[in-house]
Amino acid sequence: MTSYILRRLLESALILLGITFITFVLLYLVPADPARQIAGRSATAETVANIREQLGLNDPIFVQYWRYLSGLFQGDMGRSYLQRAEVATLIAARLPASLLLMVSAIVTELVIGLTIGVVAALRRNRPADHSLMIFSFVAISAPQFVIGILLLYVFAVQLGWFPIGGYGTFAHLVLPSITLGLLGAGWYSRMMRSSMIDVLNQDLVRTARAKGLSKLRIITRHVMPNAILPIIAMIGIDIGLFMSGIVVVESVFGWPGIGQLAWQAIQRIDIPVIMGVTMVSATAIVMGNLLADLVVPLIDPRIKTK
Amino acid sequence: MTDGNEIGGGAPRPLLCVRDLRVQVATADGAKTVLDGLSFDLSPGETVALAGESGSGKSMTALAIMGLLPKPMARIVGGSIRLGEIELTELSETGYRKIRSARIAMVFQEPMTSLNPLMTVERQLCEVLLEHGVCRRSEAPKRALGLLKDVRLTEPERRLGQYPHELSGGMRQRVMIAIALACDAEVLIADEPTTALDVTVQAEILDLIRTLQDEHGTAVLMITHDMGVVAEMADRVIVLRNGRQEEAAPVRELFAAPRTDYAKSLLAAVPRLGTAPARPPVEGHSKIVDVEDLSVRFDLKGGILGRTVARVYAVEGVSFAIREGETLALVGESGCGKSTIGKALLGLVPWEGSIRVDGVQTRGRSRAAMRPVLRNIQMVFQDPGASLDSRMTVGEQVIEPMRVHGLAEGSELEDRAEWLFRRVGLSADMLARYPHEFSGGQRQRVCIARALSLSPKVIVADESVSALDVSVQAQVLELLQELQQEDGLSYLFISHDMAVVEQMADRVMVMRLGQVVEEGARDAVLRNPRHPYTQRLLAAVPVPDPTRPRPPMPDIAGVEEASPIFPVGRGPERIALHELSQGHRVALVAAVTP
Repeated sequence: MTSYILRRLLESALILLGITFITFVLLYLVPADPARQIAGRSATAETVANIREQLGLNDPIFVQYWRYLSGLFQGDMGRSYLQRAEVATLIAARLPASLLLMVSAIVTELVIGLTIGVVAALRRNRPADHSLMIFSFVAISAPQFVIGILLLYVFAVQLGWFPIGGYGTFAHLVLPSITLGLLGAGWYSRMMRSSMIDVLNQDLVRTARAKGLSKLRIITRHVMPNAILPIIAMIGIDIGLFMSGIVVVESVFGWPGIGQLAWQAIQRIDIPVIMGVTMVSATAIVMGNLLADLVVPLIDPRIKTK
Repeated sequence: MTDGNEIGGGAPRPLLCVRDLRVQVATADGAKTVLDGLSFDLSPGETVALAGESGSGKSMTALAIMGLLPKPMARIVGGSIRLGEIELTELSETGYRKIRSARIAMVFQEPMTSLNPLMTVERQLCEVLLEHGVCRRSEAPKRALGLLKDVRLTEPERRLGQYPHELSGGMRQRVMIAIALACDAEVLIADEPTTALDVTVQAEILDLIRTLQDEHGTAVLMITHDMGVVAEMADRVIVLRNGRQEEAAPVRELFAAPRTDYAKSLLAAVPRLGTAPARPPVEGHSKIVDVEDLSVRFDLKGGILGRTVARVYAVEGVSFAIREGETLALVGESGCGKSTIGKALLGLVPWEGSIRVDGVQTRGRSRAAMRPVLRNIQMVFQDPGASLDSRMTVGEQVIEPMRVHGLAEGSELEDRAEWLFRRVGLSADMLARYPHEFSGGQRQRVCIARALSLSPKVIVADESVSALDVSVQAQVLELLQELQQEDGLSYLFISHDMAVVEQMADRVMVMRLGQVVEEGARDAVLRNPRHPYTQRLLAAVPVPDPTRPRPPMPDIAGVEEASPIFPVGRGPERIALHELSQGHRVALVAAVTP
């Protein structure tokens, strides 16, 4: 078990290293000049050149990359070009808000998605199933900013049940979590439905019925644990989907997380911040996958971590 | 162990009465009657066998009695099923739950998939005990252990904490039986309980069911397609065909003098050990397949860097030859490496050693370089449904190999396909059809036609008739023999079924754990087996004759634990074969004296 986790952590580190390289090269290839952004529109060519020199932007790419990497290994993620602060400080200030949103969105999507999936599977090809699947289809296909604005309009502006935006109380959390979780809920409901139907047709269910067990017990003890196995691996991958969603949802709801930070940084080519946010989200995805792979053997005795 | 059902010493009152049972299944073409007017009684301590081929409605009967017919497709449309005083057809789902396992229990065909993979054996046993209030929660584990001891499971204490995947097929079926017996049900329905098991394991499970029946006075409804199992287990037999009862008779009467034509033909089609006619000698013909020192090993990876931690020695140092027009049968239990040898011959698994097909060495050949070799050696698999492409017409599938090998073009291809179809007993106008339009036996004929399309010299038949009903099986075997007589084909006939092997083989090779333990001419190996393992295999075969009890099976120490997995660098000990007489070679063990 320990050797398995060690091996996976080693793999994760290599993946993250690859991500730093790809992101760095992509940002280098962007045709906009960060120095010009920092100096402002009215600055002279000389000022811009000075800034370029100061930031070391004239060095060859591998020199710049090496500088970044060696900083990273010492825990230094660099300094923001535009805000007078360390990238690490900026991220640390905003990370808790994003993590809170993410965890509550995961809970939302699992609760909604799995419930719909189970109900639809048990009522398959009946009206309840059809309407739930239409709902999940809408949840998957509607863009998040549309859903976010729609929810804001109905529940915040018209009904006044929730605040329009901001951060602080549980009420602030509800609409952003639902907006962010709805997409995943759509996916999970479809996956859970087909996974449940698959298990319902297996011989083990016939055995459970032959035992004289109640329907509730068969569903909760025999069908659901078997049906949820393929879904757990998906949750790990899903964290990647969240990162793109978080940028949109945090802007719509004015949520002070790293999504907003990323959005501002991208607009102004604040390379150290973009790198920092990318690293954080990549770490989240890699860790999410690792976590999922560690949870599956706890439920499924057939899978052993070697 | 009487349960109050006997009246004054006379004939016991039937426990289960099925009267005029009719079941319909909804299909695209409307309702189809799958059970039509079935009636029978089952008394305490008695075993009734429902025998018949696939589609005869025997499993439907079991599910109807258990109230487990797949809803809403299948439903009971008439008749009655009475258990004691209770009319089961009118029972609510809640009422049925109290009957299932408590009064009627069931054992299914597939022990591999019938248990929940995520629950320990203990939990799956306790669950049924607690559901029917057999004992208190605190007593349940002790009770579960007792049940495992009842079904003679080895190391019952350890088994309680294990999961199904840690048990062999036979052990799992014992667990299924323990679950079925947990509440001391009066009726046990066993639906093909040994069909998925090796023949020696089958013998043990059948013995177990009989012993438990004697101990508990259970009434057993045995559902099987295997007339050997019927002869061994049943007191009375009901022969089903297309949902109707063809014949019902005490077992000895049925086997001695079947009244209906169908029962006669069914019994005639059953292959019986020791009845196959002598085969003409094939000595002197040239060797088509020559295998020397063949080994197939699979690595098991593990550890921090994914190194090889152990190896499966699937086949170890096997040598044999097949002559022109000869059939070599490869027998042994699942996991003995017999299928792997077939795959190695076609280059489908990596192997070491030497394989010559028609004089051509195939070692170290790439996929492309194997192609000319494959013209001479083709394979027919077990499951004809799964080995045909469901989205291609069967004609296309027969033509494909000829096209790939550039044997013919244009209309010549079709002419050849038509000829091949007639050859295997199908009509040429079936070429444009898709696999689902054929029956299992016809599909296997298509597979044979496909294998023959390259005019090979050798066909590897891997359990090719195992999935077929006996009457169909007999026809396919006949076809294979005809092809051999006419074209001088050679077969590597891989099978677990000794009676079928006896009909087909010139020589027999018995494998165990990747190595040959006995080989020789058919009659030498099957009628004078010298290795205890061969003797055990043969003794386990159910005898389709109720007047002749099956001989006891010799025990071999550590049968259940033996495994072909070894640490790297320490393979299995090579078995040396000793020649007893002309061509009859046996692995030397204490029990064999040369």
